Amino acid sequence: MGLNGAEFAGHGPATEMVHMDARPGESWVTTKLDFLVNWGRANSLWPMPFGTACCAIEFMASAASKYDLARFGMERMAFSPRQSDVLICAGRVPFKLAPIIRRIWQQMPQPKWCISMGACASTGGMFDNYAVVQGIDTIIPVDVYVPGCPPRPEGLIYGIMMLQKKIMNERNAQAGIRDEMSPDPISKLYIPASRIDELSEPFGNSVHQTRSAP
Amino acid sequence: MSHPFTIVHPGTGSDATPVTPRNVPVHGGPISVSAAAVEAQFPGAVSRVVVARGETTVIVSAARVHEIIQWLHDEPAQSYEYLSDVTAVEFRDLSQPLEVVWHLRSLRFRRFIRVKVQIVKGQKLEVPSVWDIYKGADWLERECYDMFGIKFAGHPDLRRILLWEQYKEGFPLRKDFPLRGRFSRSEQLKNALSANPESRYSMEELSIADAFEDLPADMRKRLSGGEKTGE
Repeated sequence: MGLNGAEFAGHGPATEMVHMDARPGESWVTTKLDFLVNWGRANSLWPMPFGTACCAIEFMASAASKYDLARFGMERMAFSPRQSDVLICAGRVPFKLAPIIRRIWQQMPQPKWCISMGACASTGGMFDNYAVVQGIDTIIPVDVYVPGCPPRPEGLIYGIMMLQKKIMNERNAQAGIRDEMSPDPISKLYIPASRIDELSEPFGNSVHQTRSAP
Repeated sequence: MSHPFTIVHPGTGSDATPVTPRNVPVHGGPISVSAAAVEAQFPGAVSRVVVARGETTVIVSAARVHEIIQWLHDEPAQSYEYLSDVTAVEFRDLSQPLEVVWHLRSLRFRRFIRVKVQIVKGQKLEVPSVWDIYKGADWLERECYDMFGIKFAGHPDLRRILLWEQYKEGFPLRKDFPLRGRFSRSEQLKNALSANPESRYSMEELSIADAFEDLPADMRKRLSGGEKTGE
């Protein structure tokens, strides 16, 4: 799809695709309020860039003048997790960084979202080795996965637009919308590895590779 | 503007003017004068001299490598004042000895020499540290220890540098180390996440830091009590 400035100038992302009609049991006031809140959130996402590798270069290109993330309300890079809305993990995450990215995620205030940019952040990519986390979704919850090695800026922008669409469809009265299934091994929500393997398909570049086992 | 050194412009200097080496043979070629000097100075310590791609490698005994490097550094006729790298090589053929490699460079004479020590399989992986000669060897030897598990005797602070200090799976560049590590993925993630990033400074670094007095009182107390951080 073509992503030029003219196509998106003047209106927010995909607002016309969102139908905020009241569902059964919902009132007109709350849905309109939701729409307003979601519209505000979706169009002023402040990214927390967590760039560790070549994806960060593409991310910088996305933020620069040619692709211009500012069109999506993302011109303000928050290099402090406490003032950001969306964590964009661009690049591979080694195990040494695992507690750090989790700490950054914990420091971000709700509402918060996460984009996993590129193959390495999403699955470990080609780094199927002892040092690299096999997907940041084993540490923090991820909303949008952007495939590519690295993804082009159009790909990242498409992922951001998907996230904006997801935000526009949120119902804030919904209980548990901000609950996190934390993969923290000491939490009660921790799913044991055997159960994850039972539920998940083999992934990665080998049919013998499972989500948890070596 | 006066310069503290003589500037040699290309084509105007003596024979020492740097030129790109051309037609360098893969094996053989002129042996570095330093190699012959080492052999003369330390009879019996040099087991082999190899020239590959114009670079001379001197294979010496582990017991005498420290004094050889010390001599190469101190001797005015050699003057190897720069240590480029300390690393190790393990071969896929497991009967071959593991090699520890020092890359020395003489800025004054524009010379390069590679010093190697062979450690026969089954022997203790320990070589002397050259930290007392080149202070820059500190992190190079730590990296070599981190990846190969080679102990550098005399190193002031030999601990992991790339991997975190609590890493329990072994030494990744050794040939018996599986690419994906020894533990399962879930175990690796659990170990990594249980590390507290803020407690991962070394006690030495913290206790000598200028900001020691500004550390929280409980942390100061723990450090002065001799507690090892990051455990």
